[in-house]
Amino acid sequence: MTTVSMTVNGKSVSANVEPNTLLVQFIRDNLRLTGTHVGCDTSQCGACTVHVNGNSAKSCTMLAVQAEGAEITTIEGLASGDELHPMQAAFKENHGLQCGFCTPGMIMSSIDLLKRHPNPSEETIRTELEGNICRCTGYHNIVKSVKAASENMGG
Amino acid sequence: MSVENGIGASVRRKEDQRFITGNGKYLDDINKYGQTYGYFLRSPHAFAKIKSIDLDAAKAASGVVDIFTGADMAADGVGGLICGWGIKNKDGSDHIAPPHPCLAVDTVKHVGDQVAFIVAESLEQAKDAAELIEVDYEELQSVTSIQKALANGAPQVHVEAPGNQCYDWELGDKAAVDAAFVNAAHITKMDLVNNRLSPNPMEPRSALGEYDAGTGEYTLHTTSQNPHVARLLLSAFVAIAPENKLRVIAPDVGGGFGSKIFLYAEETTTIWASKKVRRPIKWTSDRSEAFLTDAHGRDHATHAEMAFDADNNILGFRVSTKANMGAYLSTFASAVPTYLYATLLNGQYKMPCIYAEVQAGFTNTTPVDAYRGAGRPEATYVVERMMERAARDLNVDPTELRMQNFIQPDAYPYETPVIMTYDSGDYPLTMRTAKGMIDYDGFEARKAKSAAKGMLRGIGSAAFIEACGIAPSAAVGSLGAGVGLWESAEVRFNPTGSVTIFTGSHSHGQGHETTFAQLITDQLGVPFESVEVVHGDTTKVPFGMGTYGSRSLAVGGSAIVKAADKIIEKAKKIAAHLMEASEDDIEHAHGVFSVAGTDKQLTIGEIAFAAYVPHNYPADLEPGLAENAFYDPLNFTFPAGTHIAEVEIDPETGVVEILEWAAADDFGNVINPMIVEGQVHGGVAQGIGQALLEGVIYDEDSGQLLTGSYMDYCMPRADDLPNFNVTTTNTPCPSNPLGVKGCGEAGAIAAPAALMNAITNALGKEIDMPATPEKVWRAAQNA
Repeated sequence: MTTVSMTVNGKSVSANVEPNTLLVQFIRDNLRLTGTHVGCDTSQCGACTVHVNGNSAKSCTMLAVQAEGAEITTIEGLASGDELHPMQAAFKENHGLQCGFCTPGMIMSSIDLLKRHPNPSEETIRTELEGNICRCTGYHNIVKSVKAASENMGG
Repeated sequence: MSVENGIGASVRRKEDQRFITGNGKYLDDINKYGQTYGYFLRSPHAFAKIKSIDLDAAKAASGVVDIFTGADMAADGVGGLICGWGIKNKDGSDHIAPPHPCLAVDTVKHVGDQVAFIVAESLEQAKDAAELIEVDYEELQSVTSIQKALANGAPQVHVEAPGNQCYDWELGDKAAVDAAFVNAAHITKMDLVNNRLSPNPMEPRSALGEYDAGTGEYTLHTTSQNPHVARLLLSAFVAIAPENKLRVIAPDVGGGFGSKIFLYAEETTTIWASKKVRRPIKWTSDRSEAFLTDAHGRDHATHAEMAFDADNNILGFRVSTKANMGAYLSTFASAVPTYLYATLLNGQYKMPCIYAEVQAGFTNTTPVDAYRGAGRPEATYVVERMMERAARDLNVDPTELRMQNFIQPDAYPYETPVIMTYDSGDYPLTMRTAKGMIDYDGFEARKAKSAAKGMLRGIGSAAFIEACGIAPSAAVGSLGAGVGLWESAEVRFNPTGSVTIFTGSHSHGQGHETTFAQLITDQLGVPFESVEVVHGDTTKVPFGMGTYGSRSLAVGGSAIVKAADKIIEKAKKIAAHLMEASEDDIEHAHGVFSVAGTDKQLTIGEIAFAAYVPHNYPADLEPGLAENAFYDPLNFTFPAGTHIAEVEIDPETGVVEILEWAAADDFGNVINPMIVEGQVHGGVAQGIGQALLEGVIYDEDSGQLLTGSYMDYCMPRADDLPNFNVTTTNTPCPSNPLGVKGCGEAGAIAAPAALMNAITNALGKEIDMPATPEKVWRAAQNA
């Protein structure tokens, strides 16, 4: 066992974990933040995407100890009280989700996308979201959501 | 009068709030005190005898609670899994359903077959222990393709099924079709493969089983589209416990697409073992296990022949299909290539006669069952590739050949030669609408432009039809179904006027919590925010048949309407009493009850309060305002439409780019257009996935699954797909009170044929799905 400490959604957290504990396991099992999902075992689907020091990362592909001292944001940390993050609001407004399982990862990736491309073309959105699989929406309304969020966020 | 947030409004979804904030409760998010973790040791071989299993070292490993094998389940009197639909062979005999044990007893029949169940304090410990189990296998030659399995001399998957045959079934009038072909001026023939798919809902299957020694009750949390059906099967056939001692809960479920209809070995073993270890057990599939064990879809090989007269009218249709059932018969597998397939071979056309024969067989592969569309995509694929091929053979425009042969809008009810009675539609309208959306007439000019830059451009359409609203119980019972296919609902007013709807349907992405609430908002005038929908828990909701086959609104929604009608009936009595009027004089509109010809009125909220605080109340009436209804549909519903795809192919790379997608669908009345469009988008995406990217592949010699992860099985991603141009036309369905037909599967049914017709139009030659760059490139080189 080893001790790992980081800041998650603005709170300092610390736990003893096995050294091979994945960041997603730490988030889900130790912190009980179950909004971050696991949809595959080959780092392909992106359901586990979180922000590590402001950049999106697949939390199934990192060890918890690699996030030592990092600032982590999960889907639970996006809204301010009852006020949704503009990306969350855009997904709801544009029907960018159906079963909701891929949605947390999709939203976290989309926020990172807009950070790097504040006013993205449809092609950029589609290319950038290549690492997140959705089986329900056909991506049409996800692309629309991201575009709407970019406009609402002044991109 | 339209009601705010009522029928026809694109109301934003209630359920989204929890999903976008990470507060959804999917199965793996749920944990119980004292929980253990289950893990399955699976067969590494496609076909092998188990000579011995040595558990000693594994049982002694750290953290192991217990380990179970097939012998333990058999000794405990636990039954195997069953198939719920009996198919009759041509000679009237029953299909063959070999034993399907949850844990293999002496033989493993596909890669991933369950061999042992390890229960441990942690998942890691369970996995470590699995590595210590020694299984002595005697490998056998396997067979994975249906053509090879049904050929002479193939390895025999089950001793109970000689020649690997499950059934040899037929539908239609063979003599009439033979005669029609004799008189034909033209015959089009094709051999078509409908590729095997893995459903891949993003949430993997999972189960959390608990046994309460105090009450003798079991509780199974499971990723199910139909928790009551799971409970019925677990109780009546597997004999876990009587239904009153078994609670099945399907919480938020992350997609299903059919694959979560079925009762699987893993969920069954988990709930059974929870009593053995007297602790909760959680099992969650990883994606690799999902590829090995979630029931696959499609996998048909078909020969089809269509006869035309000299004026290009269809004279007859002859179809012969071989369907791969996999290693065992899954819950509804037998019905998919028969009553969900051949009954739709009439398409949207005037076909005087049809004859279909389907031979289903066993192979050493994952079981195959319903996947989005289930039989109907296979039917549309055959019919619509044949229509396009025939038009090319006859040198006429494919859309015109279809228009000429369409059933006309005044011809309903229309009886087809393959059982179905179509109830409404306007196929020429959907075709004209789709053609207009994509500027069909401008295609040749666009094709010339593409040609000028060395690109191949193609356009292709598919006029699909499906049978949804599954299903009239007596009708399906006469065809072999083991269950009725009605749906249930309770509409319960609370004393302060809010409403809880209890439905036997289950939502796993479809947005029932929103659409069903809209029904009550519209009908009873209750604010949308004051209506809650409860589903997915057998102790909370009345017995329901669940969600599949685009049935939830047509059947489940109709049950809600029926319950609401009972509410209105009772409320009128209460209103008459309170307003001192005759019941006959009470008029109702959207939750307002008024006395005809006066200004006296009461709202449903006031009446509900009076019903729960009955101080001034009719003497002969029960207090309370809550009504149950069961709705058994009168007929299937028949959503139909035309999808047209336009593609450009780079002959140097074989890459297909989808330039335009036009979909004109007739779903009858639409409750929430936003949700309906989303369903079409998702369905089309899965259909495009089948046509371009996806395909389950087994190594023919070893029987190993070669497409066992997202590294090998190509899922559609955002940059593989276009935007979709989607619209609806509406001929209301006459057989249910809402006039709705269902929309969940349409896209997956229409898209494969439309896209393959566009690709083969561009290439000038026929190819099979998936149209991978390599396959397209080879075809383009030889063009």
